[in-house]
Amino acid sequence: MNKVIKREMIVPNMHLLILEAPDIASKIKPGQFVIVRADEEGERIPLSVADWDTEEGTITIIFMEVGASTGALASLKDGDTIPTCVGPLGNATQIGQFGTVMCIGGCYGIGSMYPVVRELKKAGNKVLMVFEARSSYLIYWANKFVHLADKIFNITRDGSLGMKGHINRLTDIINSLPSPPDRIIVNGCTYLMAYTSENTKGPGIKTIVNLNPIMIDGTGMCGVCRVTIGGAMKFACVDGPEFDGHEVDWKEFLARRKAYLEEEVLFFRRSEPKPVIHREGKCHS
Amino acid sequence: MNPEKPSKINLNRNEMPKQSPEMRRHNFDEVALGYTEELAIKEASRCLQCKKPRCITGCPVEIDIPGFISFVNKGDFAGGIKRIKEKNCLPAVSGRVCPQESQCEAQCILKNKGAEVAIGRLERFLADWEASQGHIEIPPGASSTGKKVAVVGSGPAGLTVAGDLILLGYDVTIFEALHKAGGVLTYGIPEFRLPKAIVAREVEYLKKLGVKVITDYVVGKTRSIDELLKEFDAIFIGTGAGLPWFLNIPGENLNGVYSANEYLTRMNLMQGYRFPMSSTPVKRHYRVAVVGGGNVAMDSARTALRRGAEEVRIIYRRSHAELPARLEESENAEEEGVIFNMLTLPVRYIGDENGWLKEIECIRMELGEPDASGRRRPIEVPNSNFRIPMDATVCAVGNSPNPLVPSTTPGLETTRHGTLVADQETGKTTRDRVWAGGDIVTGAATVILAMGAGRKAARSIHEFLSK
Repeated sequence: MNKVIKREMIVPNMHLLILEAPDIASKIKPGQFVIVRADEEGERIPLSVADWDTEEGTITIIFMEVGASTGALASLKDGDTIPTCVGPLGNATQIGQFGTVMCIGGCYGIGSMYPVVRELKKAGNKVLMVFEARSSYLIYWANKFVHLADKIFNITRDGSLGMKGHINRLTDIINSLPSPPDRIIVNGCTYLMAYTSENTKGPGIKTIVNLNPIMIDGTGMCGVCRVTIGGAMKFACVDGPEFDGHEVDWKEFLARRKAYLEEEVLFFRRSEPKPVIHREGKCHS
Repeated sequence: MNPEKPSKINLNRNEMPKQSPEMRRHNFDEVALGYTEELAIKEASRCLQCKKPRCITGCPVEIDIPGFISFVNKGDFAGGIKRIKEKNCLPAVSGRVCPQESQCEAQCILKNKGAEVAIGRLERFLADWEASQGHIEIPPGASSTGKKVAVVGSGPAGLTVAGDLILLGYDVTIFEALHKAGGVLTYGIPEFRLPKAIVAREVEYLKKLGVKVITDYVVGKTRSIDELLKEFDAIFIGTGAGLPWFLNIPGENLNGVYSANEYLTRMNLMQGYRFPMSSTPVKRHYRVAVVGGGNVAMDSARTALRRGAEEVRIIYRRSHAELPARLEESENAEEEGVIFNMLTLPVRYIGDENGWLKEIECIRMELGEPDASGRRRPIEVPNSNFRIPMDATVCAVGNSPNPLVPSTTPGLETTRHGTLVADQETGKTTRDRVWAGGDIVTGAATVILAMGAGRKAARSIHEFLSK
């Protein structure tokens, strides 16, 4: 049982959830995730952790409302409890003195990139932050990054902030730099991570992605999160979630992520119409 | 045994009533319905009450079998269940899932005449009888020792350790990674073979005795063994065999290819068998192939039937005679309409343009000379490849121990199979104050062996802590 300290929609469709979880807060590192269930009937869903407070014993999650389970999480009120929040799961992001690191965040990945950037700075790296969104009003937490990142770039689909276009404009950003970054870390939806990896493969810039496949237990027991990395089968929950983006079989990954799309639709057909549905927040999938 | 009067021995084993195959393949209710009181007494009366009962030697937890059977024979069911519980704190579970035919019942003197006493059915009857009374007797606990024991994993081994140590006055806490206690009893064995209400009842019983159960807690992640050792006087690791094996053939990551762990966990733990009433989505597949020949394969195949599959096949590389599943389970599966494709091995999964399984390519096998396991080695028949159209396949070819605890605990030695090194008699590991038992030590085995290992470890922990 974990108490909901706060739940609010920070930009359309994107929610912030602060949970009481002292054991997790005292142990978690950047890049790790938790598995939550919104209610007793709920499915187990893996969510990246965006921040934590060891003293308060809380963790902060940013998630996007996309289906039945995230919908249930999105309707939580302050003071509610959820039956399951387990973690920290997966391996932490490798932090070292890399030189210049470009961090790219989109959707929920802006949030989960925050602790990564914080640790990278502590380790003495120069950090270039790239926000990717459909429109400027979907970018959140920019103020938290301002004091951390050495430079901030924006790519928006409608051109309302920074460059107009989508993640393929990344090449333009890299070309505008005096020298390419030593490493790129990208968190966000599958398309963002796949296209980033595609763009950086040619120039040979090491690109780390944080995969988010379907999971059940998160401890290596069920194997549903298996991904092909460099031709070998890996379990994202225990071998990942971070992998070299150039080694990921993205086509397979995308197909496996979509395995239950029909069932998600089925859920909405049988559920009561929701009073507020923010379509404008949806990005790709 | 009374050799003078062999004619008096009743050789008619009493069958346990079951749901008919036509009925049960459409529901998730328990298949076997259990003995009535009359049937139980009738079956108990067949026990010869041997002076040197061999059945007890066949039982990993040494239940006084003739003892509890004689209580049933007298109609004293309360006395009978009390006798079982002296040795076994989970009789409703072991009465259902123990392979009695190769343990206690295999040793029964009447086995020679093909009429061994149905010990498992009687055990199950007593446990169910007790539950139906609405009052479960709580044995008097010993006075508190003031010592704390942590049990990692709430499967059969962990539950046994907890049950034994709480009665000896220890402060026992179970840590479970999933959101429900029971381990494989909860996530693995389906409702129709072991109703989840029974597992929940056994866990409730332990809680009533004073055992603390903490779910959603991954030892090795949330806390390490070393951190727990600061708070607890002893630790028992019973994390089981939970790392699924795949066949390592092309196409294994197509949608529609499941590990048995995933398939069964979705159905059991996540209540997928109730979908769309439950939230965890499950697909309806029309043609399902289950690869493997053990109990887990039978459970998966029978679950697929109940989820509305029209064609369910067991694909096994050896022949019928080598099926590792309990005979009762493979017979149940066959009666319900599962098709058995013996001497067959998948070599490739073929997908459609959307990444979903479409066909399985298999090769025929024949049996050669016996291998290390004593079973005849299956050999591929050259150029015998063929394809079967399939929507889904469940890979039930075994599990390795989960490496999460060993890999985060320095000094805890493992074998090359990934199992923990532990003393066979005591369960002591290579780390001070740490014991282990069950599948994490033996590799995937049975519920009752795990319970037996738990019992031995509990005894050793008690010896150590009462020094």
